[in-house]
Amino acid sequence: MTGLAFLLPVALGMGLFGLAAFFWALRRGQFEDLDGAAARILIDDDAPAERRDT
Amino acid sequence: MTSCAPAPADAPVTTVLVVPGMHCAGCMGKVEHGLAALAGVRSARVNLSARQVSVVHDAALTVPELTTALANIGFASQPRADELAAPASAVKPLLAPLGVAAFACMNVMLLSVSVWSGAEGATRELFHMLSAAIGVPAIAYAGRVFFASAWSALRRGRTNMDVPISIGVALATGLSLYETFTHGADAWFDGTLMLLLFLLAGRALDAMMRDRARAGVDALLRQAAPGAMVVGRQGALEWLAARDLLPGMTLRVAAGERFAADGTIAGGRTRLDRSLLTGESAPVPAAVGDAVLAGMLNLDAPVDVRVTASGADTSLAEIARLMESAGQVRSRYVRIADRASRWYAPAVHTLAAVSFAGWMLHGAGLHQSLVIAIAVLIITCPCALGLAVPVAQVVACGALMKRGVMVKDGSALERMAKIDRAVIDKTGTLTMGRPLPDPAVLAALPADAAAVALGLASHSRHPLSRALAEALAAHGARAAELADVIEEPGEGVRALWQGRLARLRRPDGENAAGRMASVIDIAGDPAFLVTFADRLRPDAAQALAALHRLGIESSILSGDSAGAVADIARLTGLEARAAQTPADKQAAIAALQAQGHAVLMAGDGLNDGPALAAADASIAPGSASDVGRQAADMVFLTDSLLALPRAVALSRATMRVVRQNFVLAIGYNMLAVPLAIMGVVTPLLAAVAMSTSSLVVIANSLRLALPEHFQQKWAPVLRPEMRQESHRAGRP
Repeated sequence: MTGLAFLLPVALGMGLFGLAAFFWALRRGQFEDLDGAAARILIDDDAPAERRDT
Repeated sequence: MTSCAPAPADAPVTTVLVVPGMHCAGCMGKVEHGLAALAGVRSARVNLSARQVSVVHDAALTVPELTTALANIGFASQPRADELAAPASAVKPLLAPLGVAAFACMNVMLLSVSVWSGAEGATRELFHMLSAAIGVPAIAYAGRVFFASAWSALRRGRTNMDVPISIGVALATGLSLYETFTHGADAWFDGTLMLLLFLLAGRALDAMMRDRARAGVDALLRQAAPGAMVVGRQGALEWLAARDLLPGMTLRVAAGERFAADGTIAGGRTRLDRSLLTGESAPVPAAVGDAVLAGMLNLDAPVDVRVTASGADTSLAEIARLMESAGQVRSRYVRIADRASRWYAPAVHTLAAVSFAGWMLHGAGLHQSLVIAIAVLIITCPCALGLAVPVAQVVACGALMKRGVMVKDGSALERMAKIDRAVIDKTGTLTMGRPLPDPAVLAALPADAAAVALGLASHSRHPLSRALAEALAAHGARAAELADVIEEPGEGVRALWQGRLARLRRPDGENAAGRMASVIDIAGDPAFLVTFADRLRPDAAQALAALHRLGIESSILSGDSAGAVADIARLTGLEARAAQTPADKQAAIAALQAQGHAVLMAGDGLNDGPALAAADASIAPGSASDVGRQAADMVFLTDSLLALPRAVALSRATMRVVRQNFVLAIGYNMLAVPLAIMGVVTPLLAAVAMSTSSLVVIANSLRLALPEHFQQKWAPVLRPEMRQESHRAGRP
């Protein structure tokens, strides 16, 4: 039982952390442009970096 | 569009431009950097899924300046129309419930596994308590989607798939809570959450497909110039959106632009392409006093147009009225999932009630009878059934989209599968709908002349020049270096090439209006006459043969003159009717439907709108008018007409898979329901059965994406075309 008292909060805490991270990503608009996110990594940024005000 | 609140001059405004031509990382980079390099642009961010770029810029920078900048780096763009400003995403509201259901399901399942593997006494009770603490709020949150839909159906005295789901979920949750507090052996939180998770996944997939299709179709919104340059009192030019145009204003319309409103020509002489409105392929000369209609293309020279009608008063209003009354066949159509749920929901409730009554009569006691009835409800909850349709349709739509066919929603696939008769418009659908240079002349051009012609043509927005530039580039020509390039509206382009005068001009001695040609004239060399004509789409014959093989008879319905239609009818061997008005087309479709046919309409023009809306299923090319694209169920982006048989064949395959899925899902119920009625189903068994049947249904649906599956029947027809297409796709 002592093991449980330790492990249960850890397991639930990790799950909750994942859920919180998901909600954070949802709020920040990370799911707005899935195709773009996949392609963006391939852009060669040799030109001066653009300004991102968002 | 522009957020045009009156703001101080230096306050940045945000403009969203639709850029349909963006496909890859390279395009994104070019568009973002190209815009960022513009003076006055604060930032530019591309959304590739929506094919849009939102630009934050100074108010002094106008929309046409932005589109010109994009045109210079090779991207056509349009400001996003207002009605598309905030397309409410269907997926977004489902993502949060999906996340919550997934989190709760995993954690409760972890606890349940411990219970199943032998946790007892205080441990089991602790685990049940924890499951309840996680499960009840999660079920309340993630189940809202279903509860709301079930409630709105019940309030109107109807039932849908969500009613048995909601009742099952609510009862199972209540029973599990009761078991938890009375120290019972079994709680069903895990099964309930898993059910919600699978069902939400099915919903989210369905919504995702619709979002993607809509984003793609919106991105194509190019036609019917959404605005025009208005000549002010002091001769100042101002760009106004189409909805702000008023009768009496004077518009200056450049060659290659479409008219944004109905009007009469007040200055200039040009030729008009009316094909989108009437289906006529031959350009029509127009001079001062002649009427022009919104949607026509100005071919030759800039003209001034006095607006006589705008917005709702235009000739489009008549077509819009016809279309409103035409959509009945489609609104009467009931989707297969709804048809299934019509008998499924009552059957499930009867079964559960009968088991409850049966066990009560057998003397089992209230508690045990209730547990068994709820087990029946959970087992029969249409988990696999809820996935059966959306997963198959999502996979099929994904496969079609990869091959250049956008599907608006799942019901389009269902209706397309039933088609046994096709009606095809001529101009723009069976043919390319734009003038293309004679390939024989291009092949005979010396490399130098081709290079000069490409260089000249690329400086002009004239439709013939653009067609020539496109064809030459496709032939592998490289643009020659030119100096002093000048475009003379209505005359052509001239420049200096290696010190010699090079011209791309209209032919001498104005020829008959019906013929289109231009001359490549390099001083010192013989001149080349390039003739232009509207041509059949590549593979039109193969596509029609493939349709025939699918048991679909085709015919042509065109608004063009009898002569032009007869030519195409002879080339394709199809029966044809010429000089059809929009109402004629709609009537022809209704006549076929009255004979018991399920009719597919393929068309592009404004004049096809009512027919597209009236047909059982409809498809339009990507070059179609916005009316055509909105009325059609599917839009194909490739030049090839093979999109038609492909869409029909894959729709039929999808319906086969959907029916298989139903058999699988119901077959599982046949096995599990007797066990549930006998009272031997435990939460463990329910969880295993539920996930297995869902996985089987998903796996079966995924077969639709297999390339083998897709090509099997098509191998003899598709091979050459597929090669061509992969080659095309390889080009940036």
